[in-house]
Amino acid sequence: MKYVDEFRQPELISRAVNEIRRLAGTDRHYRMMEVCGGHTHAIYRFGLKDILPENIELIHGPGCPVCVLPMGRIDDGLSIAQCPDTIFAAFGDMMRVPGTQGSPLEHKARGMDVRIVYSPADALKLARLNPDKHVMFFAIGFETTAPSTALVMMRAKAEGLRNFSVFCNHVTIIPAIRAILDSPDMRLDAFIGPGHVSTVIGCRPYEWIAQNEGKPIVVSGFEPLDMLQSIVMLLRQLKAGEAKVENQYKRVVPWEGNRAALRAMAEVFQLRPYFEWRGLGFISQSALRINEKYAEWDAEQRFDVPGIRVTDPKAAQCGEVLKGVLKPHQCKLFGRECTPEHPVGALMVSSEGSCAAYHSYEHRKAAMVSLSSIV
Amino acid sequence: MCLAIPGKIVEIAADNADSALVDVVGVRRKIDLGLLHDDRPVPGDWVLIHVGFAMSKISEHDALDQMNTLRMLGEIDGAMQEVQGYGLEETDDFELLDDVGLKHLDIKDAKVN
Repeated sequence: MKYVDEFRQPELISRAVNEIRRLAGTDRHYRMMEVCGGHTHAIYRFGLKDILPENIELIHGPGCPVCVLPMGRIDDGLSIAQCPDTIFAAFGDMMRVPGTQGSPLEHKARGMDVRIVYSPADALKLARLNPDKHVMFFAIGFETTAPSTALVMMRAKAEGLRNFSVFCNHVTIIPAIRAILDSPDMRLDAFIGPGHVSTVIGCRPYEWIAQNEGKPIVVSGFEPLDMLQSIVMLLRQLKAGEAKVENQYKRVVPWEGNRAALRAMAEVFQLRPYFEWRGLGFISQSALRINEKYAEWDAEQRFDVPGIRVTDPKAAQCGEVLKGVLKPHQCKLFGRECTPEHPVGALMVSSEGSCAAYHSYEHRKAAMVSLSSIV
Repeated sequence: MCLAIPGKIVEIAADNADSALVDVVGVRRKIDLGLLHDDRPVPGDWVLIHVGFAMSKISEHDALDQMNTLRMLGEIDGAMQEVQGYGLEETDDFELLDDVGLKHLDIKDAKVN
């Protein structure tokens, strides 16, 4: 285990923890959901749970786009890429995610032309470099990534590049939060809001959570001090009986978001009436599809998509873990049938998924960076 | 997936105002400025980069902070691999992926205590 030499301002960390302890008291329990998978990863890596008082419980939310993607969508995307002279392009995160017939990496081993790209712009570049092939970009991500996909499609249309399409799996964070709040077995007090999604959407879209649901939300950075300060801000609101949106991550997140990015999304996408989330089921208006203007670059409008639906194994309790009803290790499959190497359920497939994070840091005690010696 | 990587704009392409050369701890790659039309960066500015696109302008101080965050999170290798891959520079890197897949979960340098 590494210790604290990498933490700057240890005195501030210590002060924040003391303030959390003072505010939290002992008379009640606080349940806070961090929405973003990046925060989940950070919470485990820094062992935040070990330094927080026992009556503060962090629930890991649905903010890992790889984890919430239904297996049927992977099958659908790979089925389109079975067409001759087709290149399947996707981010590295997708390569090991299993479909019913195997992951993209396994399809590559069987002869499919599968390429890793680090940017949607490079999927477009692949299409320019391979005019005799069709390049299908398997797009995933929340609002952080969706504007880049949109801009690339605008470029493809402007160039008249017809050997390029996007299989769109972009999802939006707000409806997922709403679905969680609507769930009858879900009791939450407050939210730690996503950092990088908010650089695009800003802080305003969260206002309904505060106003209509009466839940405080603080948009947070990813360092231990950021998250501890966000918890202080949430506790102060809860103690004062307030519910408002606050921005702890002002150094990166503008209140109004990125309007140019939102314009690009509005140009290319429209809301799907509903979309399936692994572990959560169908959520209305929770994902983006490509609109009519860009139909020619939409793999779903251009090709036959089988529309495969795969039910997650009944034994996997991803939904309960996602909603915080169960902790990762309380799932029957955790660490046995379901591991990061052989994921059965959604939350084990990416390092940002709560089960994978729990497995690496709690179960295997991997390279944790402990805060406990400074508080 | 949600890495935000700080980089310094070195140069903006003469023939394409949306294409910039950035420096990320010594690695130079082209990135896209198309999502910063409302607040165009100039050479010397720092930006946060996500999947090859500049998402926001930030101060130098915050850029260095962000690099430190990536380091603390154990994401620096993943971030550098992403940047190096921009422009299809290392696309056929499935061997690397093996490596990174493990690193990403911090299994390789795991120490059991």
